[in-house]
Amino acid sequence: MSSSASHAHHGEANQKPLVGSMGVDSRKLGLWAFIGSETLFFATLIVTHLIFYARTKEMLNGAGILKELDPRLNYLGIELTTVLASLLLASSLTMVLALAASKARDWKKFRFWQMATILLGASFVGGQVYEFMHLYHVGLKLAPSYALHISDEVYNTIASLNLDPSIVTLGEDHGHKAAIVPSLFGVTFFVMTGFHGLHVTIGIIWLLAVYVKVNKYPDSPENPMDIELGGLYWHFVDLVWVAIFTIVYLM
Amino acid sequence: MAIAEQHVTSTHSDSAASEGFSWRSWLATVDHKKIGIIYIISAFAFFIIGGIEAMLIRVQLGMPNNTFLSADVYNQLFTMHATTMVFLVIMPMNVGIGNYVVPLMVGARDMAFPRLNALSIWLFLGGGLLLYFSFIAGGAPNGGWFSYAPLTQTRYSPTAGMDYWILGLGLTGVASIAGALNFIVTVLNMRAPGMTLNRMPLFVWMNLVVSFIIIFAFPTFTVASIQLLFDRQFGAAFFNPALGGDAVLWQHLFWFFGHPEVYILILPVMGMISEVLPTFSRKPIFGYAFVAYSGVAIGFLGFIVWAHHMFGVGLGPVANAFFAGASMVIAVPTGVKIFNWIATMWGGDVRLTTAMLYAIGFISMFIIGGISGITLASPPIDLQQTDSYYVVAHLHYVLFGGSILGLFSGAFYWFPKMTGRMLDEKLGKLQFWLMLVSFNLTFFPMHIVGTEGMPRRIYTYEAGMGWEVWNLIETVGTFLLAFSVLMFIYNVFKTLRSGALASNDPWDAPTLEWAIPSPPPSYNFLHTPVVTSRRPLWDAKYPHAVGDDHGPASKPSPVRYEYTDENTPGAKDIHMPSLTFSPMILAGGLTIASLGFIYINQAILGLPTRVAALVFIAIGAVMVFYAIRGWVVDSRKDSPYLGHHH
Repeated sequence: MSSSASHAHHGEANQKPLVGSMGVDSRKLGLWAFIGSETLFFATLIVTHLIFYARTKEMLNGAGILKELDPRLNYLGIELTTVLASLLLASSLTMVLALAASKARDWKKFRFWQMATILLGASFVGGQVYEFMHLYHVGLKLAPSYALHISDEVYNTIASLNLDPSIVTLGEDHGHKAAIVPSLFGVTFFVMTGFHGLHVTIGIIWLLAVYVKVNKYPDSPENPMDIELGGLYWHFVDLVWVAIFTIVYLM
Repeated sequence: MAIAEQHVTSTHSDSAASEGFSWRSWLATVDHKKIGIIYIISAFAFFIIGGIEAMLIRVQLGMPNNTFLSADVYNQLFTMHATTMVFLVIMPMNVGIGNYVVPLMVGARDMAFPRLNALSIWLFLGGGLLLYFSFIAGGAPNGGWFSYAPLTQTRYSPTAGMDYWILGLGLTGVASIAGALNFIVTVLNMRAPGMTLNRMPLFVWMNLVVSFIIIFAFPTFTVASIQLLFDRQFGAAFFNPALGGDAVLWQHLFWFFGHPEVYILILPVMGMISEVLPTFSRKPIFGYAFVAYSGVAIGFLGFIVWAHHMFGVGLGPVANAFFAGASMVIAVPTGVKIFNWIATMWGGDVRLTTAMLYAIGFISMFIIGGISGITLASPPIDLQQTDSYYVVAHLHYVLFGGSILGLFSGAFYWFPKMTGRMLDEKLGKLQFWLMLVSFNLTFFPMHIVGTEGMPRRIYTYEAGMGWEVWNLIETVGTFLLAFSVLMFIYNVFKTLRSGALASNDPWDAPTLEWAIPSPPPSYNFLHTPVVTSRRPLWDAKYPHAVGDDHGPASKPSPVRYEYTDENTPGAKDIHMPSLTFSPMILAGGLTIASLGFIYINQAILGLPTRVAALVFIAIGAVMVFYAIRGWVVDSRKDSPYLGHHH
């Protein structure tokens, strides 16, 4: 524990504490603790999704139609998501470059990399909105069932199995023949990825605010820490996506 | 007395009074002491409301086949009673006293993030008021404080009460997480020079532990509430088994938060009596490290025992055995604390002040609650007692006999520091004995009717079950309990008007907050204290007795009494953050938007309500935007680099 006086002393008017008794900036310590809290937030969302996906799989497997109706295999194409994940991962790299530029006090470079991070993040969010719209149009909804568009062949196979309606019913969705499966896969997916998208959006606003502030006050000694904090949050949001991408899309 | 005359009459309480009351200085405050007092007053107001709810419940249950309350109103009342006492009374009271005392104990000017601190209090109040607005908006929540699925689905809870519960507690939850982050950083990063972790007062220790519990326990509750909101507003069915959801999942998510929550309620209070007992035994706490680290152990273990609330579900013998074992293990660190408290008093020069009586009351009642807790940790016994009044008895022995008695101990102990006046001890002791007796009258018979099979959460019962006499005694006890609370209120008002003035250090206490005036000036310490031991003020007052637990200290404590106020030379140079309304506007905006969210998809209410809901959300959004802008502007004013140069 540092024994140097850490916080505003008598006679040290206007000296905002930057480093405290832990030897860390207070805001950084607070942000780390917040990230710890957020980890539990996303862990709960991911676990909920996995539980309901496992149940759906078990139910479909028992009926012998897992391959045809598995929501993950049939809905979540990894092509678009791989692109989105790459965008977000690239944004972590540009964030590091922005911080490095700020440490070198190269503000022109900083503005470039910070803006690149913001734009990459925004493209991710845009891609996610597109993905959500696409999934909605192919029958994955914020409802306790999904309507998977199927070929006539699969339709006939399922019809011939004469399955219980609590497992699957046959119907239509957006003018396509569809198998309607009672499952919380869609709900848990949208809530989980939606909250991640919300966090990315907040991160974009944060990075933008730092961009504006640094631009306005390039001489402020607070800048490196402001940039670092925004970056810390940004890396965390990226990391959550890496977890979701791996666990939900790849595994 | 090596450092100064101890019993000095405080002079500046008159000058403070002459300044007059200004609403602005309170509503726009970022001072941890004022925020602490707003927390305490709000929590006490909710304590009265929750108490009235309890009395209505007891009137209904005083006689068999009573028709004083309808079943529906009864359900709303017991749900709101518990929700209020847990989220709007004990938690914020702990936070309020912590807010006031912790920065003083570590020798800081304020909390680490004063504006965030202000946001926490206003969000807490907004959430509490939103929750209570449900009573006039068609019906309060009625699913019990743990809101078991599928009772909380719209089909069984058709009023908006559950939505108020979700969003009201959502706001207080954000307030709690923000507050916990603030405590963590304050305790870890704002300590005075020399105050190592192992020299921190135990109340500070327990606040640190609880803050970590809060940041790790609340997210699961937040997620579960959001999922429930999706169920109710968007037909998602997370917890609706009829549509493929899972009711037991709610129980897991809720109790993963809910069990740590009970330690959130009790650990700070354990910290309070760990300050009171040594002071009034004139002895250092016995086994400081054991008391501190057993609190840490309880914090960890609290996360692996949640399913002992769910033995009735039938999770299977392996799960039951694990959670039973883990629950019993918690008795070890708790027992360590109790033995250390008793050993602290043992051989001490015990002064039976009101605060001390309450602390001893805490220990005695908490032991009873702890023992019934151990019985409930055993699945075979729990299966007999679950959902019976035995559980109600247990939880009131730990939460009332524990937390509330301990909070009164803290109240009598720190009241002089917060107000500059001494509560009437005679009245206080009378109140203590009345409260202790009436508490036992109210809650002890619940063990008996519980084991005789009286279920909890029934709005009435048949005559001839053998429960009548005990229930009548409980109801009488409740009224006596209410009277003892009235005595406290009278004591507070009498004291504020004409109570004896308090010196800096009326109890001859060991910790830093007693070195400065009562009440302290806005900047707390004129000179940041330098700490050389766990008992900086005692070691300064009694240098011959100086020493840490590991032997005599190498040098005497340099801590000195300060007799300062706002006009003391040098005080004006201390820069404190400016007043700002932004946190309150931000909290207000979120509260108004939450009110809108409650009605966003209640199709049943028709178009005008949905339009009104959207208008509320829009107003809330504008307020949030305006507040964030104001926040940035205000923080710029206080920045040494961006503000106008002096």
